[in-house]
Parts: sequence; structure tokens; C-alpha cells
Amino acid sequence: MFENTRPRRDVAIIGSGCTKFGELWDKSLRDLVVEAGVKAVEDAGIYGKELQLIVGGNMSGGLFIGQEHTGALFADYLGLNHVPAIRAEAACASSSVALRIGYLAVASGLYDYVAIGGAEKMTDVYGTRATTALASAMDQESEAYCGSTFPGVYALMAKRHMHQYGTTRHQMAMVAVKNHENAMHNPIAHFQRRITVEDVISSQLVADPLRLLDCSPISDGAAAVILAPADLAKKHTDSPVYIKASAQASDSLGLSSRRDICTLDATLHAAKHAYEQAKLTPKDLHVAEVHDCFTINELIAYEDLGLCKKGEGGKLMESGQTMLGGKIPINTSGGLKGKGHPVGATGIAQIIELVHQLTGKAGKRQVPGAGIGLAHNVGGSGATVAIHILSNKL
Amino acid sequence: MVVGIVGYGAYIPRFRIKAEEIAKIWGSDSESTAKMKGEKAVPNLDEDAVTMAVEASRFALARAEINPEKIGAIYVGSESHPYIVKSTSAIVAEAIEATPVMTAADLEFACKAGTAGFQAILGLIESQMIEYGLGIGTDTAQGRPGDELEYTAAAGAAAFIFGKKNVLAEIEGTYSFTTDTPDFWRREGEHFPRHAGRFTGDPSYFKHVISATKDLMEKLGTKVQDYDYFVFHQPNLKFPLQAAATLGIPKEKMAAGMLFPNIGNTYSAAVPLGLAAILDVAKTGERIFATSYGSGAGSDAFSIIVKDAINEKRDKTVPVKQMIDDKLYLNYAEYAKYRRKLKGAGE
Repeated sequence: MFENTRPRRDVAIIGSGCTKFGELWDKSLRDLVVEAGVKAVEDAGIYGKELQLIVGGNMSGGLFIGQEHTGALFADYLGLNHVPAIRAEAACASSSVALRIGYLAVASGLYDYVAIGGAEKMTDVYGTRATTALASAMDQESEAYCGSTFPGVYALMAKRHMHQYGTTRHQMAMVAVKNHENAMHNPIAHFQRRITVEDVISSQLVADPLRLLDCSPISDGAAAVILAPADLAKKHTDSPVYIKASAQASDSLGLSSRRDICTLDATLHAAKHAYEQAKLTPKDLHVAEVHDCFTINELIAYEDLGLCKKGEGGKLMESGQTMLGGKIPINTSGGLKGKGHPVGATGIAQIIELVHQLTGKAGKRQVPGAGIGLAHNVGGSGATVAIHILSNKL
Repeated sequence: MVVGIVGYGAYIPRFRIKAEEIAKIWGSDSESTAKMKGEKAVPNLDEDAVTMAVEASRFALARAEINPEKIGAIYVGSESHPYIVKSTSAIVAEAIEATPVMTAADLEFACKAGTAGFQAILGLIESQMIEYGLGIGTDTAQGRPGDELEYTAAAGAAAFIFGKKNVLAEIEGTYSFTTDTPDFWRREGEHFPRHAGRFTGDPSYFKHVISATKDLMEKLGTKVQDYDYFVFHQPNLKFPLQAAATLGIPKEKMAAGMLFPNIGNTYSAAVPLGLAAILDVAKTGERIFATSYGSGAGSDAFSIIVKDAINEKRDKTVPVKQMIDDKLYLNYAEYAKYRRKLKGAGE
């Protein structure tokens, strides 16, 4: 199905910057973009004027703050007028798709220095309006018009998964507990609060079986990285991180047209492509950031990424192997659940966590000797999936 | 002579509705409904911010034992003044026979309008423009049916007469902290307020309450340990207790003024009622700290020392506890009738 991408040259990440994630009442989208962008440029040790392209992920500036045309806005507020700027939109996978566009631009040889960002300002509107804005990423005709929301759609997936594979309430709760625990050690995380399985199971019901603490929060935040060709990377940093694979796949927007609602086929396809491109298998991964917008989706991601057999995501969680200290720690950043989920920024924030892990800068979250990491970012309920594999070796 | 409180009075309507009863109607899931605790005071059909203010003022006069004609100013703080244009305070003044040589005005600053009136009166007394002044916080708070506010928006009033003679408690200092923070509002012509959800927490309630409290203590050179009681605005149970925890105030010091679980959020009356409840039990020499909060947003803080006169004045009329305990429960249908939430009724 896929033609394997043959990059003309290798691409490296030479700098990164991220804001705190959370309810940042005193910061606008512009403030967030500037903070993350400037941090990334400083970290990369380049001049802003060296940047040749900006690609920014932003899911719904229009519905959240009444601002579209955010590509040019990012360039404007970063003081980079005249640099071509593109806004990438693929719901919650917006900034991973932005990264992929930037990757293609550098790999093709067209550009050398490219800034990739992602930002979302979600707390300027009420929770109900935020839910409506997010629901614009689902199928309006088959889902949203029937009154469904994303928690509703993921609840269907969870119910079916429980029915088909015996996944338990307890196993799903463990995902939230683990990710909150990891977030305790991440200074940018939205939540710095330990929770228990009991807390999750007794939290308010949102969409049966999902409860409040199964759901990632509504957060503000921005994240940015700077890309450069691998042969120029060492000029700027002693510890570049290389993009070994950049893959993306699509599926139907609506759940009703899917082959199987317990599987994200887009993950299967993107993962296959990514592993082939990187010449790696799931066993080679040391660490991964996966899209835990709802706890069930982390378990489904384990399965679809090949970390365990189909249906055994819950068991893998229970085994402790995905916790810090386990065989393949997942969402060491705290994931979307603990770190927060400013939708347009999430993909790049996952990449930044991997950069920290692969360069030994993850502090108390550090996975010893981590050399290869994977980021899995989902748009909607799986209509877009983008997967990147990073390595600290070329 | 120091300025202080010479009389205080409270009024809480008899009707109550339980949060659980409201949750039952608006379809929260059954487990959450079972967890819903607390109840709120509901006014009768013939009660409003004016009638409650009058009741509270009469109780305050009973304790102050002064000729109402000596009251030079009446300020009524409320966000449920029955008239958009027509003074609540003039009706109250007439009802308690304080007219006509006096000034009166209605104040609005969300839930802190009552305490803002207290401060204005303290200024008038200090500057010797008046001998006594009456400040009132009164509200029949509104909550849109089904909105979070409906679980807590309650009714009540408290009145304080300030002066220099025979004070039952001295006002040691007051301080305000105000910013333009749009966390909660009701525009003209709208029946129910709107609120900005979680924005009403950190940047609104906590920022103002904590700043005003800290700053007044700093100004007076006092510490948490110097106070026996604290009362903060109580829109729910969590906010005042969390603010207290941040400031290092032990829970026990919050207990006497914490009326929320029994009567809900009485808006402009919340801190005045809490203060009245504390005065009902405080001993001579004890110190009280009170901080109101009004959306929009601001906080008024007061440091108060209880004086000897409390002992002879306290029992001259009904204590707050008696009004809390004297209650009748409504079901949601009755509540909807009393709060005029039934469309088409009386048309």
C-alpha cells in the first residue's frame, strides 16, 4: 500500500522549546507561540533569520479564539515575516503532521532550517464550547449531528474492547494512574497530582465506561522544534536527534465506516511504514509517547503499534512493563492525560519528550540508555495517525 | 474612640432544598447524585432582597439599641435588588424608621457589595460625617435551571450597624484588592448570571481572596496565629478551605463562619452571615479575620477584635444557628414555583 519513502538526506532535530501546559489564563495563543518558538531557536543556537520555512500545527484557532490564518500569525509573532509559513491541521495530530511536512521539506533538499511548532489556546471558551470545537474533528454527518462527542466515540471503542477482549475498568484506570505519576516528574505538566485507581473509578461518569479521570484535560500550550539536515546538525548541537521515520496514514472520519472499532487501522498502516523506513521492529524501541486522549486509546495503541498482541493491551498495562522501570516505558512525559492536551501542540510535545529521553535530559523520568523512541499521535478517533521514530544515532 | 460594630443581625429564609434533589432533576449520574451533599436556603414567594434586609436590620437594631434616626447612612449591597431603578436602601430606611435625614444607596459588586458598603460607612464615621451607619448584604441569588450555580445559589441577609459608642467588636483594619477580572456576570435584562467556568478559581477567587488576606495581615503586622476565626467568601465548600490551606489556616478556625453546607452561597450575604455566626460564639478579646469576594473582581478584608459589649448584646435577639436549624424542605417542583422558574405561571 505504501511506497517506502526514500529520503534524499537524513534529518535531525537540533533544538526544542515548550511552554508549560495547563490553564494558562494570562497567556494568549500569540504569547505561547512566541515563548515556545524563541526557546526552540535559542536551544538550536541559530538566528531566526536562518529559518527558511515555518510549519505550525493548530487545530481550531477559529473555534477556540476566532483566529484562523494562524500559519502567517506564527511567523508574524516570531518576527519572521516573509518566511513562508504553513498551518497544518489534522485535529489532535496537527503538529505531528506539521513535523512530517517539515521533515519532507528538509529531506527533499529544498530547505535546510525549518521551524516546526504546535499551539492551542483552549481555555478562552467554556468547556461545552471546547467540546463542540473538538467535535468538529469527527464526522459531522454520521456522528456529531447525532449528538455524539469524542468521549462518546471513545466510550464505544472502550465498551467493545471490554466486551471482545475482556479489558477491565481497572486496567484502563491504571493508564491514568501511571501517566499522572509520570507527570509528577515533568515540570511542564498540566497536572502535578498523584491519583489512584480508586480515584479514577469513582470520578464522575462522562460517557460510560469513561469517567472524568479517563479523559485528557483541556489545556493551553505550545511546543516547537528546529529541523536541519543531519550533516549540518553537529554544527549546532553535540546531541542531535535524528528522525529515522516519519509516517502518516488516514482512515474514515466516522467510526461506523471502520473495519474494526477496537483497532486504529491508520495506526497499523503508519506503524508498518515507520518500522520499515527505520528498519526497526517494536522490540527495538526503548521508549514511546502514545496518544492517550482517553485511557482506552493507550491500550489500543500498545496493540496497534505491535507492543503486544491484539486484545492484550490491558494485560501489558497490568504487567507494569509500560511503567518507568519497565521494559518499554510509555508516556514518560505524563502523556496527554497527565501532561495535558493542547491539541495543536500535542504532537510536537511528544517529540520533545523523546528528544529529552534520547539525549539523557529527562531528569527523574529518564529511561536509562534510551536510544530509540517512537511518537504516536492520533487525529480524531483515528482518521489521521502520524508516527515518528527518533534515534540518537544516525 | 475606635470604630466598630455596635449591632448585627442575620436573616435566613426557612425553606431549604437539598443539592441531591436538584441533581435528581438535572440528570447527573446516580453515583454522583448520591455524593451530593449540602443544601441551600430558598426564599418564599413574598420574600426578596428588600424584605430580608429589613428583617436582618431589625435584628441588628435589637442588638445596637440605638434610635434608628441616628443612622446617617444605609448602604445595601446585593446583586438581586428587586428594582433596576428604585432604591432598595430607601425602602429599608423607611421600614426601620431611619428616614429622612440620612443618605442611602444601593451597591453592586457581585458577592462583595455588602462589605464594600461596610467600608464606605467606616469612612463616613471616621470622618465624622455620620454617627452611625448601617451596612447590609442581602441576596436572593439566581441560578439558571440545570446550571452548576443552581446547586448553590441561595438566599439570606446580614446587617451590621457601625459606630464608635459601645462597640461589640472593633474594626482594626480593612483593605481591598480589586482588578478587572470577568469571571461571572449578569447583563441588564438577563434573569440568570453567566460564569466563565474554571476561570472563576485561580485567577479570580484565589488571587483576590489570598492577596487581600495576606496584604491586610502584612499591613497590620499580624499573622494567622493571631486570629481565632477566619471567614472567607464561600461559593462552595472547596474554595474557602483551599484558600485557607494555602494561607496555612487550620480548618478549625474556619468552622464557625462556614455556613455553606447548611445554607449554600448567599452571595452578598455570605461573609456578613459568616461573621454574624462567629460573633454569636466569639469571646471578648478574640480576633476575627473576614475576607469577601466579588466577581468582576475584588476582595475586601477586615481584621476585627471582639469587645466586652458582645456579652450583653449577643442574646438580645436570635442567633444565626437558630435560623439555620429552623427549616422546611422543598422538593424541586415547589422550589421551581417559589423561585418563579415555571414558564407561563401567573400570565
